[in-house]
Amino acid sequence: MNDFSDRKIDRRTVLGTALAAGAALAMPAVARGADRSLKVGAYGGFFKKSFDENVFPVFTKETGIKVESVGEPTGEAWLVQLEQAAKAGQAPADVSMMAQVPMLKGMESKLWTPLDMKKIPNSKNVLDRFINKDPNGDVAGIGAVAWYITLVSNTKVFPTAPTSWAAFWEPDKKDKLGLLALVSNSFLLEVTAKTFLGGTNVLDTEDGILKAFKKLAEVKPNVRLWYRDEAQFEQALKSGEIPMGQYYHDVTGIAISKGFPVRSTFPKEGGIEDSGSWAVSHASKKVDEAHEFINFMCQPKIQDLVCRKNGTAPTVKRELLDLSDKEFAAVSSSIEPIIPRYAMYQKRSDWLDQKWTELIVG
Amino acid sequence: MRRTPPKSARDYAPIVYPGIMLVVFFVIPFATMIAVSFFKRNQGAFYTPDFVLDNYARFLTAFFGGVLAFSLFLAIMVAVVCLVVGFPFTFFLVRLKRRAQILWLLSLLSVLSLSEVIIGFAWSTLLSRTAGITNLFVALGLMDRPEALLPGFGAVLTGMVYQALPYTILVLYPSLARLDWSLLEAARTMGASPVKAFFNVVVPVSRNTIVATLIMVFVFALGSYLLPQILGRPRQWTLSVLITDQAIYQSNMPFAAAMAVFLVLIALALVGLTTLIGRREAEA
Repeated sequence: MNDFSDRKIDRRTVLGTALAAGAALAMPAVARGADRSLKVGAYGGFFKKSFDENVFPVFTKETGIKVESVGEPTGEAWLVQLEQAAKAGQAPADVSMMAQVPMLKGMESKLWTPLDMKKIPNSKNVLDRFINKDPNGDVAGIGAVAWYITLVSNTKVFPTAPTSWAAFWEPDKKDKLGLLALVSNSFLLEVTAKTFLGGTNVLDTEDGILKAFKKLAEVKPNVRLWYRDEAQFEQALKSGEIPMGQYYHDVTGIAISKGFPVRSTFPKEGGIEDSGSWAVSHASKKVDEAHEFINFMCQPKIQDLVCRKNGTAPTVKRELLDLSDKEFAAVSSSIEPIIPRYAMYQKRSDWLDQKWTELIVG
Repeated sequence: MRRTPPKSARDYAPIVYPGIMLVVFFVIPFATMIAVSFFKRNQGAFYTPDFVLDNYARFLTAFFGGVLAFSLFLAIMVAVVCLVVGFPFTFFLVRLKRRAQILWLLSLLSVLSLSEVIIGFAWSTLLSRTAGITNLFVALGLMDRPEALLPGFGAVLTGMVYQALPYTILVLYPSLARLDWSLLEAARTMGASPVKAFFNVVVPVSRNTIVATLIMVFVFALGSYLLPQILGRPRQWTLSVLITDQAIYQSNMPFAAAMAVFLVLIALALVGLTTLIGRREAEA
């Protein structure tokens, strides 16, 4: 999830690192025993925990490469850390899971090592839209997992499920919504364009973007919380304090399974599909191990495992997977998704950010 | 204690260590930040060392001016409320028995062990409609139905005062504990009411402490970026919130650095002004 970086999780990461360091000191023989190792960055919190428990041990068993997982904060923050470290020739993680906007920014600043597709034969399983190619045609990243941001609501406050993103604009939602606080992680411009302006193509031009901003401004009185921290909204959604909003489909699924009165709806315009890609910092000296790792992750059976354990959507073709229809429906939807206009966020980054901040703060 | 001014290099030895610490942990980071604030932002990538003024130019708009003004206003409000609550409290605290004082101070110190995140989430629950204090008011028959007391300015101010109050009291305590009570007795003997004696004697003799406390709480509150996010609406987001957004979410280090430099300069200017006024009044 894009924003798994609240302080509690950071602290947990720090604690984990301290424990790991302590363990390494206590068992020097074991630490020396593993010759090949790889530092893998995964979003801190639930993601990292799930990968640590379910995925990395299988990789170590199959390849003998030891994985040291690094809890990374939300995409852009991790990009800043990787960039700064690479300037000093350091790689806090060899392979990192990167969201799409930081992936593009890293490409632009030549942070990523181009991947040798010959060493990743399993990449043929991956859907084309999850392969990150730079303008020269070099591959900089390969899809790790996909996830959806959907329309979520509290079932006690709203007994019938909404069917369209247009629900956000309805007058009876006044002061009832929780939305993501940043232009580059809420993707609300795309939602507005798809729902009211005939599709996201309208965002190709500055005029079109301004039209979307204008329509989006109408939703402002309905918003109670613009959140950066997921825990903040999740808590309020479960209690009914803030009964509707946008949130991650997988985490909402976990809340439902624990009995909370919430639901996640794929609106008729589609859920927002976002994804994380594996990318290798050019400061990493473990390029071979990194390729082996990415190749391992592109196997259908591993994708099955991640979908089942993590609740995220696969990046490989559906027909190669062993997921039942029910399992697939739990992590995805047959409704055509809204795909964020990542290039727009890279090209017009500062202008969009300024307009957005003025819209919600002003 | 020696009173002669230092003459040889050896006499300066004791300040070498604090000097090094100051350079390593303040001068170098701050200088780096100033340098970065002039770097060129590469949109869609990172930044390159350069000398450009764009980052400052972007800040000098009515929009950011408004945010800066609100941040300063909020920090001043926090400082004033903390003083208004904390000063009488400490005044009574120092007159309690030693045991009671220790108990109070320990409880206050324990508040300092709470992180800003915990304080923020605790207050957001306390002020919520579903689980907050208004439910208690309804049970007591004071209100018809529970209401949400957040997000809003009141909630932000409450949270920040709660966070800064222990510091306020700890700064005021030593000075008030050393207060010469005979001054107060003299005032009472001459016919001043307790309230009059408090305002005409205790407050003026504590003026330096009061100014120092105001400045400390002001600077402390100016850096707050979590509580305005958790307890406020976007209108209550401080400049620190926007700096964090730029540094962490937009990877726009140069702009974040420029805003931070600006904030530090304004804060320093205000602190300087306050001390200057304080000194002039003391001389008059």
